[in-house]
Amino acid sequence: MTIPTVPPSCYLVLGAILFTIGVIGALTRRNAIVVFMSIELMLNSVNVSFITISRFLNSPHGNMFVFFIFAVAAAEAAVGLAIFVQLYRSRETINVDEINLMKW
Amino acid sequence: MAENIVTLFQWLVFLGISLTCIFASIMVISNKNPVHCALWMVLTFLATAGLYVMLHSTFIAIVQVTVYAGAIMMLILFVIMLLNLDVELRGKLKFVYSKAIGGFLAVLLMLGIFYAVITRALKGGSGSFTPEEVSAIGSAKAVGEVLFTDYLLPFEVASLLLVTGIVGAVILSKRRESREE
Repeated sequence: MTIPTVPPSCYLVLGAILFTIGVIGALTRRNAIVVFMSIELMLNSVNVSFITISRFLNSPHGNMFVFFIFAVAAAEAAVGLAIFVQLYRSRETINVDEINLMKW
Repeated sequence: MAENIVTLFQWLVFLGISLTCIFASIMVISNKNPVHCALWMVLTFLATAGLYVMLHSTFIAIVQVTVYAGAIMMLILFVIMLLNLDVELRGKLKFVYSKAIGGFLAVLLMLGIFYAVITRALKGGSGSFTPEEVSAIGSAKAVGEVLFTDYLLPFEVASLLLVTGIVGAVILSKRRESREE
């Protein structure tokens, strides 16, 4: 009897669980930095899916996508955190419930 | 028999890494202190890097450790340090109905993804990027060869994006004193 190797669906299910945890964090937390970290968590779980599919289809394109997601996440972190610092200077808070000037 | 032991070891590593990942990310969203959240986040990223090594993408795993767990999390920790969040630390995590509804919808989304993932097998043509070939030439070389030929234009656009990010961050964090005079 041979044990089967880890199937791709296990990795994809793990990615789905991590994505859901990220969604719940982004929806329920009110601290803007924690919301930002939840979004990073979602990006990370999508990366897991990309690498999995890239590995099981023997294709390099998933790796490329992950590489570009890294670049986007780095730029996003720089700009987003600068916005948080600026918001804190003018409003003295980064609670997303109190920052509602742009809400319709 | 020897193959069985290898596969069993693979399963054990996979289960360990995935449980670490899930536990650490739950701690990220349930901790009150943002610094603790950031530290659990680093653990999540390191565990994910281990997953990438298991999937034969060692280059991406190294980039994950240096860029995500190193650079981005350091940036977040610095910003948490710059902001004075004592007031928010004193408040409790409140329970609101809208949050419960949001969490329920998120769980529905997860079940949808589960259904899609489990019922459908991976389709599409198999490429030439097999694990044996990748380990023969090295993951970095395999990624680099594709990156600088097929993906040259997106690569240059990514550099443009990073420059925009740097300029945007500098402009946003500059104090606008001249306008107030």
